[in-house]
Amino acid sequence: MTVTMSTRPSQTSRRRRPKGGHEAGATVRRASPLTIGGLIIAAALSIAPLYWMLVVASRTSNSAYQWPPALLPGGNLGENIQRVLDNPDAAIFRGIVNSFIVSGTITVSTVFFGALAGFAFAKLRFRGKNALLLAVLVTMMVPIQLSIVPLYQMMGEFGWLNDIRAVIAPFLISGFGIFLMRQYSIQAIPDELIEAARIDGCSVWGTFRHVAVPALRPAAGVLGLLTFMQQWNEFFWPFIVLADPGNPTVQISLRTLNSAYHQDLSQIFAGMVIATVPLLLIFVFFFRQIISGIMEGATKG
Amino acid sequence: MSQEPVPESLPEHRAPRPRPPGGPPPPPDTPYSPGGVGSHGPDPSADDTRTDTDTHTVTKTETDTGAGAPGGRHGNAAVRTRPGPRSKRAMQGAGRRRRARLARLDLKVSPYAYVAPFFILFAIFGLYPFLYTIWISLTNESPINPETDFVGVDNYTRLFGDDRFWAAVVNTFGMFVLATVPQLLMALVLASWLNRRLRGLTFFRMSIAMPIVTSTAVVALVFGMFFARDYGLINGILGNFGVDPINWRASQWTSWLAISAMVDWRWTGYNALIYLAAMQAIPRDIYEAAEIDGASRVRQFWRITIPLLTPTIIFTVIISTIGGLQLFTEPLMFTSGSGALSGGTTGQYQTITMYLVQTMRTFNQWGYAGAISLVLFLMIVLVSAINFLLVRRLGSDR
Repeated sequence: MTVTMSTRPSQTSRRRRPKGGHEAGATVRRASPLTIGGLIIAAALSIAPLYWMLVVASRTSNSAYQWPPALLPGGNLGENIQRVLDNPDAAIFRGIVNSFIVSGTITVSTVFFGALAGFAFAKLRFRGKNALLLAVLVTMMVPIQLSIVPLYQMMGEFGWLNDIRAVIAPFLISGFGIFLMRQYSIQAIPDELIEAARIDGCSVWGTFRHVAVPALRPAAGVLGLLTFMQQWNEFFWPFIVLADPGNPTVQISLRTLNSAYHQDLSQIFAGMVIATVPLLLIFVFFFRQIISGIMEGATKG
Repeated sequence: MSQEPVPESLPEHRAPRPRPPGGPPPPPDTPYSPGGVGSHGPDPSADDTRTDTDTHTVTKTETDTGAGAPGGRHGNAAVRTRPGPRSKRAMQGAGRRRRARLARLDLKVSPYAYVAPFFILFAIFGLYPFLYTIWISLTNESPINPETDFVGVDNYTRLFGDDRFWAAVVNTFGMFVLATVPQLLMALVLASWLNRRLRGLTFFRMSIAMPIVTSTAVVALVFGMFFARDYGLINGILGNFGVDPINWRASQWTSWLAISAMVDWRWTGYNALIYLAAMQAIPRDIYEAAEIDGASRVRQFWRITIPLLTPTIIFTVIISTIGGLQLFTEPLMFTSGSGALSGGTTGQYQTITMYLVQTMRTFNQWGYAGAISLVLFLMIVLVSAINFLLVRRLGSDR
């Protein structure tokens, strides 16, 4: 795990590049028409399924079965959304509320404990630090699939089956979060500031609160976004412990909709729109942070 | 890594030598802690005496801001910056000593307190279940069985003769290869395209990253419709070329293709962004030098880009391996209705994880499910290791 902020210098050059024209930044090759064509196809393929989702969700169910297929959105989106919200089996409104609670709680907790432990690993000195850090990294490799049987039993004993606490508890702290915050702490918190805080009589907690927290804010935002997105889309574990369709997360609602005997496609797709829109909004507003989080998270790994 | 106590700090405290203002700063690249000397310093009694001497010396050496002795003198430092009336200070002596001791305790205990929540949670929801899985895989535990017996390695011997399990293994690996290889190749190409000077870069990046926010359940449902036998988009397009409607779910290869398409759509952009980040970290002058030497662009790509990208490729391959061998949601959602865990009428796209869940939830065989999950874990570790060696080999060959 060699750890560098290797993306930093390149980011400045990247910012210069799209302005184009200036030969000063011309070390990066200009895209050929062929490249642009390829990119347009890739972009279209990436967007098409989401667009298609919107088209089906905004038309009548019958229009999903026509050829050639409808290519433009219709006017039934509101009606379809109303129908899926009224569908008693899918409990999708409950699912959305639950998903917000689950993803929100896990996000806050992951960011807070990630920052706390990341700060400790980066800036505090204590015996056994490296061994503990290694242990954190190793735990990142252990998938939940590995131990679903005991975890399921455990949730049963806690009385948490079909309860969203079962979905929240195992994910409250992530090794990835700690690692990300540690990497960021190393370069974002100057040792001089910590020293200054101490000279002013700050406790370790005070140092964390007044020095680390402000400095870690950008990374905390990125980690929060990635965590929220991941938890919102989580399927496997909720599928195991939220078997009763009455108290689902939104993804489980979709599954229930899909397994109904009579499939009402426009209703299913309206449900999918509901399940996707919150994340799409987040994505559009925080696009830069999310992209940089993915890109930097990887190069640091 | 246990830090040695800084040896010269002790005499320095006792007899502070005059030092020029803004003396030597601490080495910038060694992150010392507020814990510094305090957390690893000499025993507390020695510290206490030091505190007393310090209160006298501090007033004499105002220029010594403690830059040379990072850490350790927490309480005194506080006093130094808030100089109160001297008589009051003397009265506060005992309290200050207690405060100093508390501060040292704070420095010593806080780091552990900060990392403890993770380890406590991991012990409950990670380590304990893992160890318990090992135990349970040696029993015949079942929720419908009143008593549990120790059965030794029976579950494992049964597993090795279990045709359905091996069919699931074949399916999982088949879809893993079918999904991962084109996905990573496409991601490489996309990344090299995105690494050019062009208009609308943000738009392209944004649209290529958009699948990441789509949940696997949604992906599976949309693609499930694309790959429908009747009225499906893919069959419709193929029909224009005179191909008869394909029942994608019916046979092994076609269902694998459809499910791999879902995986590819969701993850190609993600991997492309990771490759792009790594490509942008390659210094430009390497390419310039190659250009001067007359290397073609294709040659540059294979001789410079790929070898320098090897660590990143290893990263993506391992992430894809871990994800791919646990494939679950896409094949599950490919079947609508109940019985989806079987992965098709003859289990043609049932993955290991689906079989694991089926064994646990439908067949109620918890002990056997434990054995399956452990074997799955071993497979993930093994395949990750093999891929790691393979990719490293490829990278160094060039």
